[in-house]
Amino acid sequence: MSADHHHDHGHGHDGDDGYHASVKGYVTGFVLSVILTAIPFWLVMAKVLPSSGATAAVILGFAAVQIVVHMVYFLHMNSKIEGGWSLLALIFTGALLVIMLSGSIWVMYHLNANMMPAHEAAEVVRQLP
Amino acid sequence: MSSAILSPDQPPQFYDSGDHHPKQGTLLGFWLYLMSDCLIFAVLFAVYAVLGRSYAAGPSGADLFDLPLVAVNTAFLLFSSITYGFAMIAMQHQRKSQVLTWLAITGLFGAAFLGLELYEFHHLIHEGAGPQRSAFLSSFFTLVGTHGLHVTFGIIWLVTLMVQVGKLGLTTENKRRLMCLSMFWHFLDVVWIGVFTFVYLMGVLP
Repeated sequence: MSADHHHDHGHGHDGDDGYHASVKGYVTGFVLSVILTAIPFWLVMAKVLPSSGATAAVILGFAAVQIVVHMVYFLHMNSKIEGGWSLLALIFTGALLVIMLSGSIWVMYHLNANMMPAHEAAEVVRQLP
Repeated sequence: MSSAILSPDQPPQFYDSGDHHPKQGTLLGFWLYLMSDCLIFAVLFAVYAVLGRSYAAGPSGADLFDLPLVAVNTAFLLFSSITYGFAMIAMQHQRKSQVLTWLAITGLFGAAFLGLELYEFHHLIHEGAGPQRSAFLSSFFTLVGTHGLHVTFGIIWLVTLMVQVGKLGLTTENKRRLMCLSMFWHFLDVVWIGVFTFVYLMGVLP
């Protein structure tokens, strides 16, 4: 594995800075982004789907795809640049994000559900036999 | 790493010869900075996720957010991303005046984005929906404001680079700086995808 990576890395940096953007790449990314932005706005503004939950799930999916499109076409992310270290840092950050976001939201959701507001708690106490 | 490969006629080397450091270490370093910036935004998103429905009997996202305005703002930022891309392509071909033109257009789109966002903030505060109104609005202003602050610094950086390129031309250093700003600018667009989806679109859902 290390031998393969090393080989690619050596070639990736032979040219001028290993950076080769193309008009085609940017235009492809732009067109995809416009589509992936327009659909969620349309879904929400025209109230296409019956339930909020379904709409939320679909637009989050579109956002995830659009983030990947931006990474590939605008930030030129692939396994070759900087010998793979950029991608590794990105994956590491992604893992941290998932742990941090899902963990926080999970914990705080349960905290909210278990901490009853004072007046509601008083009602519950009053109705005790 | 190559020294780890053993061949029968070569004695093994147990040290890094240092031949294969990336030529553009700055770009990797800047990418690592962006990843740490990503964590800042992740924390702010988490705060918004927790507090975003705590209205304190005040206005909710559905009452406040003006989606057509957000759509226009999103378009501005998306256009600025592709015009910056064109600046990078002109840079590869060493066309200085084209680079400056595309950078100027990018800056104008960025400024338009910022102008609309400031208008929105002013409007909200004027209506009594300022950051002190509820936990929802505090976290909203913190998250969107931090993004706006990043765009502001991006524009300052962009203008600085335009002066640099104008004076010194497309030197190796200036190209490296332009590449760093390119990553910064596209990164801000990526964060905005999260903002318009999670804050604005999901905020108006019943």
